[in-house]
Amino acid sequence: MKILVCISHVPDTTSKINFTENDTKFDTNGVQFVINPNDEFGLTRAMWFKEKQGASVHVVNVGGPETEPTLRKSLAIGADEAIRVNTPATDGFSVAQQISNVVKEGEYDLIIAGRESLDYNGGMVPGMIAKLTGSNFINMCIDIEVEGSDVTASREIDGGKETLKTSLPLVIGGQKGLVQESDLRIPNMRGIMQARSKPLHVKEPIDSATNTKTLSFEKPAPRGAVKLVDNVDELVNLLHNEAKVI
Amino acid sequence: MSVLVFTESEEGKFKKIAFEAVSYGKAIAEMLDTTVTAVSINSNDASELGKYGASKVLQVSNDKLENFNAQAYADVVSQAAKKEDAQVIIISSSANGKFMSPLVAVNNQAGYVANATNVPESVSPFKVKSTVYSNKAFAITEISTDIKVIGLAKNAYGLKENEVSITSEDFSPELSDNDFKTEVVSVNKTTDKVTIADAEIVVSGGRGLKGPENWGMLEELATVLGAATACSKPVSDMGWRPHSEHVGQTGKPVSSNLYIAIGISGAIQHLAGVNSSKVKVVINNDPEAPFFKAADYGIVGDAFEVVPQLTEKIKEFKAQNA
Repeated sequence: MKILVCISHVPDTTSKINFTENDTKFDTNGVQFVINPNDEFGLTRAMWFKEKQGASVHVVNVGGPETEPTLRKSLAIGADEAIRVNTPATDGFSVAQQISNVVKEGEYDLIIAGRESLDYNGGMVPGMIAKLTGSNFINMCIDIEVEGSDVTASREIDGGKETLKTSLPLVIGGQKGLVQESDLRIPNMRGIMQARSKPLHVKEPIDSATNTKTLSFEKPAPRGAVKLVDNVDELVNLLHNEAKVI
Repeated sequence: MSVLVFTESEEGKFKKIAFEAVSYGKAIAEMLDTTVTAVSINSNDASELGKYGASKVLQVSNDKLENFNAQAYADVVSQAAKKEDAQVIIISSSANGKFMSPLVAVNNQAGYVANATNVPESVSPFKVKSTVYSNKAFAITEISTDIKVIGLAKNAYGLKENEVSITSEDFSPELSDNDFKTEVVSVNKTTDKVTIADAEIVVSGGRGLKGPENWGMLEELATVLGAATACSKPVSDMGWRPHSEHVGQTGKPVSSNLYIAIGISGAIQHLAGVNSSKVKVVINNDPEAPFFKAADYGIVGDAFEVVPQLTEKIKEFKAQNA
């Protein structure tokens, strides 16, 4: 089985979010970039397929050279090869087209992406790849088993979970649950050394359509200070008369 | 030309987000000088959609669509869009909505923006505002395609009544075997409780509750409020509560009207997931808990004393205001 894990290069979850150039660009100053957490759960699940079922695991990112440390980290965790499509990721549809081209050329069976990236939160790339490559698609996937080309998977639904049957080729939008937080791997020294000599292919982009363009960013208005109250009578009074939520 | 709104329902009944999506669609239709057509799958009575501004509803009745199926649902919406010559397609950014929307976008060669919060700033060019960076910022995005797909964030635009007369039409889209290559084997969900996605009020507990055996008081509070119960990430990681209750950046998003956090310190990842809730109440014995900085109301006190008192007080309040 050939697995492709899509890796987004995103600001660490604790980052302060600021913008520059007249609020048109994300301010990377002092920001630590990491593997998108939803992708990391998927990458770790891919390692399980590699170790238990002999799958090969490649990772892909669409972005500039600044994303390479994130791809190297994925190699240090255990991916066999990395591919960087050398174009800025500006629009979900163009990213999906670039990755779909990688999928077609590499003939991958299982494409693991995160249910959303922590920067744009659009959650659109996995579904678009599925549609563009004619693959099946399961979003918010929390469990996946593959036997031959038969797939049994679960997805989170409101108030519980749903178990599904489908077949490869398949795209999943993964999240926590694919593996647990405690299963995530911190690259060890051996992994880091090996990652240096693993292939990281830089691929030039294909022509792709861009359907959307982010013009500018805004930060939410600063919120007022918390109102501290001494007792529940006052709280219920405020929730009813002031906030009007009960 | 029209604005098409996909209206989510469950067991034949529309969800509140369906009415929100129609309200929002009506506002855009007015900007475009056109009307709203809703499309619904296996709903019982679609007339209520007229109250929020839908002039027409395409009703699909098909047993094969009983369980949500992204591929098939996306094809239903895409065929409805074609039939109605839709210029804008609105789908709630709910779990199912986000599952099917990218497929609808590709089907219609449409640009797609998820988690929109406001009506477009302009329709020519088409610019819409949405949340990004886990609710820590907004983006203004221009969509350049002829057809636009907009995902509407929950509880952002709200319900706006705008009664119009509504006509209903049976709609039988063509579905192929390709639409059913993913099938549901089993569904495992609690049916007796309000879900986090649908809840107006969410009561959430953290490590400060000290152990799973102490969740009874939180559940009682949730019951009197008609609220869903949720928890912080450590609580789900330790197995005190099921993963499906974990809210935060890597868990479920919450955009309820009222979010009550009990014994949750307020890590930035937790706040990111609950930020879009309208009113936040924090009960914590540590006055330095970071959550107080992000909250509207707070009580510094022992949850084991405050929560039962609050439950009693709300019972009294409900009895008086019933």
